[in-house]
Amino acid sequence: MKLQVRGAETFATTGGRPFGPKQPTVVFVHGAGMNRIVWYLQTRYFAHHGYAVLAVDLPQHGRSGGLLLKSVQDLADWIPDLLDAAGVEQAALVGHSMGSLVALESAARHPGRVSKLALLGAAPQMPVHPDLLNAANADDPVAYDLIMDWGTGPVGHFGRHPVPGISLLPGGRNLLRMEGSGVLGNDLGLCNDYQSGMESADKVQCPTLVVCGEVDRMTPAKQGLKLCGAISGAESVVVPKAGHMMMIEHSGETLAALKGFL
Amino acid sequence: MKPKLFQFDTLSLHGGQRPDPATGARAVPIYQTTSYVFNDSDHAAALFNLEQGGHIYSRISNPTVAVLEERIAALEGGTGAVATASGQSALFLSLLTLLDSGSHIVASASLYGGSINLLRHTLPRFGITTTFVHPRDLDGVRKAMRPETRLVFGEVIGNPGLEILDLEAVSAIAHEAEVPLLIDATFNTPYLCQPLEWGADLVMHSVTKWMGGHGVAIGGIVVEGGRFDWEASGKFPTITEPYEGYHGINFAEEFGNTHAFAMRARSEGMRDFGPAMSPQNAFYLLQGLETLPVRMDRHLANTEKVLAFLQESEDVVWVSHPNLSEHPDHALAKKQLPKGAGSMISFGIRGGRESGAAFINAVQLASHLANVGDAKTLVIHPATTTHAQMDAEAMEKAGMTEDLIRLSVGMEDSGDIIDDMKQAFRAARKVTGVGA
Repeated sequence: MKLQVRGAETFATTGGRPFGPKQPTVVFVHGAGMNRIVWYLQTRYFAHHGYAVLAVDLPQHGRSGGLLLKSVQDLADWIPDLLDAAGVEQAALVGHSMGSLVALESAARHPGRVSKLALLGAAPQMPVHPDLLNAANADDPVAYDLIMDWGTGPVGHFGRHPVPGISLLPGGRNLLRMEGSGVLGNDLGLCNDYQSGMESADKVQCPTLVVCGEVDRMTPAKQGLKLCGAISGAESVVVPKAGHMMMIEHSGETLAALKGFL
Repeated sequence: MKPKLFQFDTLSLHGGQRPDPATGARAVPIYQTTSYVFNDSDHAAALFNLEQGGHIYSRISNPTVAVLEERIAALEGGTGAVATASGQSALFLSLLTLLDSGSHIVASASLYGGSINLLRHTLPRFGITTTFVHPRDLDGVRKAMRPETRLVFGEVIGNPGLEILDLEAVSAIAHEAEVPLLIDATFNTPYLCQPLEWGADLVMHSVTKWMGGHGVAIGGIVVEGGRFDWEASGKFPTITEPYEGYHGINFAEEFGNTHAFAMRARSEGMRDFGPAMSPQNAFYLLQGLETLPVRMDRHLANTEKVLAFLQESEDVVWVSHPNLSEHPDHALAKKQLPKGAGSMISFGIRGGRESGAAFINAVQLASHLANVGDAKTLVIHPATTTHAQMDAEAMEKAGMTEDLIRLSVGMEDSGDIIDDMKQAFRAARKVTGVGA
């Protein structure tokens, strides 16, 4: 589905069903250097069960144009414009990693537009290892491998993708590789710069779920639970044996957590 | 800081598999079943809607086959793979996933004979035509491209000429025309060359050959590279437009350039054409794949020794292998296949057609048969077997000579392989009188 957001063509998948803005809407926000594709093992379920789904490509990611936004706050302010373009007043936001910061900040800054909040692979702050940041800024492919190494749990390193024939690590590596020059470096930079997680958590008013990977090395579960504790009434789910990319590596458990919440 | 990801040898043994969650079985279990019980109607609907991963019917996917698929995809650096009943069905599946009637292919003229047959004689019946170009003729490849061209196809190591395809150059020509490059990598295996890293978009194998290595199971596979921009190309409606045969799904929109090809190939091709690999064969092929790196090292070491013997032999007129400095593609082979350019050798026997036949009849250790890439040494003399109906002129047009003997060097003791060839040369001399 193509939308015009701030005058730029913006792409979102609707989970294989026509988008109905009068249905409860769920917007999925991907992480650094990724795109809408990371959500296909969740979006298609919700689209086929009465929800209007938008798994969006953020500006300059995937098939979306527009300007590459330079801070979590900028991206958070872009979300209401996306909702306007889709004709939606209020939506549940599901964000992963960088996308969880965008969703959190959007809920804090635009409370009237966010009905529910699901934060996956989240933390109050996301400091990025300088080696990864430097590699990403240099468009060095080692950045992709570092993310796949740190972002995948021990089981995922062997593979065993939930979809027959799909290869877990090379799939993620190629997804990162397909994004344009500078995109991953920009995204990791804005994660690294983000400092206001605990303040924004305090402002969140909507029902919130925090989903943590038990063995997540990029946003450790204890950081996710710390964030959860700062959001009034928030619930948490820790997915056993899951790493940072839990919505792919442990797609069924992640979907179950979201089904129970949304 | 360096990423710690499993390396090739480890992935050969473990890729795509953990001990069976149901039983703890260390080996990959053979899931010899046609179908899979649904938990409930919602579960069934979710599987059919591609809302979640899982198996429905073994013509489409099977847990044992899926381990082989994921392992080979990992070894190739691909984003996914679909295994098939044979290498030929992998090629057919690849072509029919992308092409329609009216589509055109530009292919290397130096391909496996079965592929040539499919492209030259069978597919034209369905409106798909092919222009064949010598693999070293890059300008010819460029000139053969047409508006309706939808694919460029070649082999890393050509058959039977052992030409090395310049993957970077050919992929650049294909990409300039916004079409993908499909590579048959059977002769090299990912241990020697990963074509996706050199610009190919899709890689296929007859896994019957070196990948399995044992010669007990037929199989094929196509691996998706995940980097061809189907959407930007706009030439592949099967990938980028809604498919009414599957509830209007748009594969590129749902699965991106990363997985769109493999999802379409499985959802349509495996469902409708039905070229499924049996779980038993997948198990056999996994057993072979576990030892691919050590087997290939042995193949390469034996090849070097046999090459040295053939170069010194007075019974041999010429020897061709890309490892040899006089081979026209030697420099390219060193670049693309730094470990070695495989274990196929072509050589010319002194005395031509008659000597070739006598040599073949005399071998005792080497097996005379129509296969390559077995753990055992294999040999064939095309002029008196596969191409016996051709005269010298026709063979030359097909890139062969009457004295050509094709050798697939196995893993036996190299001294035994060479001794067998020595006695076969002696026997040929007695029959023909040449060199006696």
